[in-house]
This record gives sequence, C-alpha cells and structure tokens, in this order.
Amino acid sequence: MSLKLARADRRAAWMFMAPMLIAMLVVAVWPLARTFYFSFTDAYLDDPTNYSLIGFDNYLEVIGDRTWWIAVRNTLTFTVVSVAIETVLGLGIALLINQAIPGRGLVRAAILVPWAIPVVVATKMWEWMLNDQFGVLNQVLISMGLIDHGIAWTANGSLIMGVVIFIDVWMTTPFMVLLILAGLQMIPGEIMEAAEVDGIPAWKRFWSIVLPLLKPAIGVAVLFRVLDALRMFDLAYVLAASSEQVMTASIYARNRLISFQELGIGSAASTWVFLLVAFVAILIIGVLRLDRAAGEAA
Amino acid sequence: MASVELKSVSKSYGGNPVIRGVDLAIRDGEFIVFVGPSGCGKSTLLRLIAGLVPVTEGEISIGGEPVTDVPASKRGIAFVFQSYALYPHMTVARNIGFALETLGLGRDAVRNKVAEVAKLLKVDHLLARRPRELSGGQRQRVAIGRALVRKPEVFLFDEPLSNLDSDLRMEMRIEIARLHDDIGTTMIYVTHDQAEAMTLADRIVVLNHGVIEQVGSPQELYHTPKSRFVAGFVGSPRMNFSPVKATGVGADWLLAGPGGLRVESHVTGNRSTPATIGVRPEALSIVAPGSGRLDGVIERIEDLGHEHFAYVRLDADNSWVIRLPARPREDRDTKVGLSFRDEDLFLFEESGARLDHAASHERSAAAVAQPSGGGMAA
Repeated sequence: MSLKLARADRRAAWMFMAPMLIAMLVVAVWPLARTFYFSFTDAYLDDPTNYSLIGFDNYLEVIGDRTWWIAVRNTLTFTVVSVAIETVLGLGIALLINQAIPGRGLVRAAILVPWAIPVVVATKMWEWMLNDQFGVLNQVLISMGLIDHGIAWTANGSLIMGVVIFIDVWMTTPFMVLLILAGLQMIPGEIMEAAEVDGIPAWKRFWSIVLPLLKPAIGVAVLFRVLDALRMFDLAYVLAASSEQVMTASIYARNRLISFQELGIGSAASTWVFLLVAFVAILIIGVLRLDRAAGEAA
Repeated sequence: MASVELKSVSKSYGGNPVIRGVDLAIRDGEFIVFVGPSGCGKSTLLRLIAGLVPVTEGEISIGGEPVTDVPASKRGIAFVFQSYALYPHMTVARNIGFALETLGLGRDAVRNKVAEVAKLLKVDHLLARRPRELSGGQRQRVAIGRALVRKPEVFLFDEPLSNLDSDLRMEMRIEIARLHDDIGTTMIYVTHDQAEAMTLADRIVVLNHGVIEQVGSPQELYHTPKSRFVAGFVGSPRMNFSPVKATGVGADWLLAGPGGLRVESHVTGNRSTPATIGVRPEALSIVAPGSGRLDGVIERIEDLGHEHFAYVRLDADNSWVIRLPARPREDRDTKVGLSFRDEDLFLFEESGARLDHAASHERSAAAVAQPSGGGMAA
C-alpha cells in the first residue's frame, strides 16, 4: 500500500471516530476533568463561579472526617460479604442448572428475573416485605411461631447492613450465575468424559478440573461485581437514605456535594471513591494474573 | 486384556434409533475398526461400550463380565478422544498421571509409571509442558499415554487421528499398530479413514444406519463384500456402479447396461436377478473402442504422479473412474473402450446384496488364500 493510500485510510478512520470522540469529550472527559479540578477549590454549589484554589485541603478534610471512614468501612464490608456470598451461590446454582435436567431452559430464564428488576423497584419491594407491621416476612415468622412480634428489619441498626447485603445478593446472584454458567459451558464435554473414564471421583473432578478451568470466568465475574459494589449507591440510599449504618462512600460524596452544597469537598470525596475503586481493580487484576502465573509453574 | 461382547445392543435418542440390535463378539487382543458414513452410529457404539452413554436395550460384557450397568470408570477401558481432551491446565506429566493420583500410589510410583509411558510414546522430553504448547501429534501421544498408564483391558479410540495432517496421520497410524503389537491389548477404533481401517484392523465392522452391514478382515471386505454398500465403502476411489437390465438365457443372465455393456453371467447359489454391476477402478483398463466390455468418452484425467485417474463418461447418468499406473496415451474427449476380467465383476441384486457368479469364486478363492497373514496372525 502506498504512503498516500495509508494517509487517506488514516484520515477516513479519524473521520469515522470523530463523532464518538466528541461525544466522549462532552459527556465523560469534561465532567470528570471539572470534578477533578473542583476538588482543588473551595467552590460551593450555589455559586460555582466564585472560588479560589486551595490545593489538597479538601482531600485532607475528607480523610479527617470520621463519617467518611464509617462510609468506607460500610462499603468494604458490603463489598466483601455480598460478593463472597454471590460468588458461592452463583457457582452452586450455575453447576446445578448446567446439568441436563428437564425444564432447564425455563429455570435459566426464571433465575434472571431478579436481575431484570430495577434496583429502586426491587429495594422498595423488599422494604415492604420486610416492613415490621405489614411485611409478609414477619407475618410468616409469626404464624410459624418463631417470633411473637414483628422485627424492624430496616430500622434496627444491627440488622440493616444484613438487609442491604441480602437484597443485593437476591438481585445480583443471577448475574454471577450467568457469567459462571458461560464459563462452565466453555469446558469441553470430552474433558469431563475423559475424567469420568479415568475414574476420577466427582469431588476431584470439581476441585482439580472444573474449578481451575472456571477460574478466569469467576475472576472476571468477581471483578465486575466488586467494582460495582464499591460504588454502590442506590440500594442503600433508597432503603436508608443517609443513615450512617449503611452509608457507602458514594452516599457520603453525594451528601457533601448535594446536601451540604460543598462542591469542592464533594468533588474530592468523589475522587477518593474513584481512587479506591481503581486501586481495588488494579489489585484484583494483579492477583488474577499472579494466579495464572502460579498455575503455569505448578 | 479382555474380550468384548455385544448382544442385541440398541440405542435411541428420544425415540430416534441410532443403534439397532447390534450383535458383535470381539476376541481378546483383537484390533477392531468401526467404519461407516457419518451418522451411521459408529461413535455412538463406541461410547456405549465405554459406558459414556447408557444403552437403551441389550447387553454388553467385557472379559465375560456383564458391564451394562457398570459405570465407565469401572469397566477397565481407556478412551482416546478425537479432540484429545487433555486437561488444559495441567502439565503433560500430570495429564498422564492424573488418574493414578486417586489410586493411593506413592508420588514416586506415579512418577515412574508416567516416565515409563512417556518414554514409550516419545513424549518424555515434554513432561513439563502444557497441552497448548504441544503440536497435534504430540497431544495425541499424550492422550494415548494417559490411556496407556492405567493398563486398561480394552482401548477405545474415537477418530484419534482425524485432526492431524496427512503425514502425521500416517506416522501415528504406524505407531498405533506398533503399540498394539507391543502390548496386545484389545483395541476398538472408530475412523472414517479407509487407509486406517485397512491397515490397522484385524477385522473391520462396517456400520450403516445403526446396523452392522458386514464384519470381516480388510481383505474379505475388499474382495467379498456382502452388499453394494460395503463394496462402495471399502476401496478408494470407490467401486464403479451401473444399473443393468438382466435377461434370462437358460441358467445364465445376459446383462445390458450403459456404454454398450453386454455381459453374460452365471449367477450361482441364490438366483436373484442382478440389478447393478460393479467394477473397481483398479480392475479396469483402457483398450481401443469396441474391443472392450463397454465404451465411453474420457472426460477428465487426474495426474497424481504415481497414479492417474481417468474419468470416462458412459452415458448421461453414468461416469466411471479408472485407476492407471501411468498416464494414458488417450487424451480428453477421446472415445475409448474399457475392459475387465470376469472375476473382477461384482453383481448386486435390487436390495443391494451381492450375488455370487461363476467367475467370482476364483476371486474369493484367490483372496482368501493370501490375506490373513498381515492381519490376524500378528
């Protein structure tokens, strides 16, 4: 190909990319850059034109705030516990519906229903079912004689984190199932047949063949879920607004930005959330790579 | 080592029969090859013997023991898959030794057995590698090693060489034959490759639509096929067939067919009417027009160097292929005559069954005199 032709090709490529690049600049890069910029100012939301640069003061302010650390702890607790439960449940259910059982197609479709419901709707639905006076769960427990008066699931400070995790597990396990099931179906049937003929017991087949071959699929699923959980906002906010017991880092940033109108500090908190997510993402990806390298050596 | 016996074995998938009442007795140490067109059920039959799929009806026994309800892992068989089915995350050594890990042997015992098998299959320098770092032929050796290390009673191969290129296939074919000579274990081998079937088998089982068409040594199948199906399936290029019109002349038949074919034939035994004749490409020779058994026009000549194929059109519906050692003098679009010996003529009745005729006995006799030396006795 001549140089001239190559240049024409490159020009055409840029022309096709231009609309996309402009859209990205306007809706993603610009707001992000503005947030980053404001995090170094003392701006307020009611008059964002009037501000001065104050360096890293906002960042120090955020990490000096006790509430911020509560929010971080809540976020980490929520992330670790919910993703762990979702992974184990997701693996179990995926293994189950990977079997050739009658009505498998229907089960697979049905299992996706919770994931298809919008978070706000699902949260409100569960809030009603968990209501201390009218909730169906308390009704069932009372009629079974396990408790004699309704439990205030969403008002009790020691229960609410459990409730948030429970609803999240209910909503997003299907996502885990889907990704792990896809991984399971990538394992060639003949490999499992070979193990069967070889007389490998079922537990060893699972432990030494299925699990190692599923590792990449599980790794990706966990990565997605962790990143999602670290910036969780809607579920906890709909269920408990700004209650400190389940306040996540995102909710904290929103409070500073919207409730307190502190554009500078809110931006700094948002940047901290971004850094937290980025750090964990890099960590997980690193661990996944390390695992793969360790597997090579064994 | 063990014999394998199938008694009226049937398999259907959702009421759809795939294997229909197969009876087969495989002797201890025999090398049996299942052949047939795709969809004939040859792989299914192998999987039934392995216990990877349950039989719908019938009995299977291995070494005299009924195993119909015994799981694959307890049948004393080893299975080599077309896709090799190696464990992708394990090294070659672990792939071969994995089945031994659960037997409670010591680490050293496992390592020694793996080393022994790896050496036999010439993969001992690859033990630390992973399957994806191996070539197709090496993978297949590892797969065979994995089967071998368990010292099975019966080896089952499901088209093991069909993913290899032709040079490698020939090399591995010889290796497998050598392996069978060395260890003498019963082997059942599924293939669609004629050369593999003809060279490896003590006996070939030809399957068609889930039914055994014929069981016999490669020579028997080639020289005395029971049916038109077997005649067309064994031999490459396949046998030439043409429909004929038979007129009774006393005890003989006068057969008239395309290309001016006229043959007189004395059908012995069962005196059904011949409906089709067959002649193998290698039994035909080109002669001057009018001086052979039938005439046609050369349509195309394929030159493969060591052999030549001439395609001769007899009429609108019939074209025969002739296999020649040297390039024919005649060119394309030349009218030629075709000649063959009486004993090279095959006759089939309407149903496809082969008919014996006076001259065919000479061929059968000649065939049975030479053959088995290479196959069974070894």
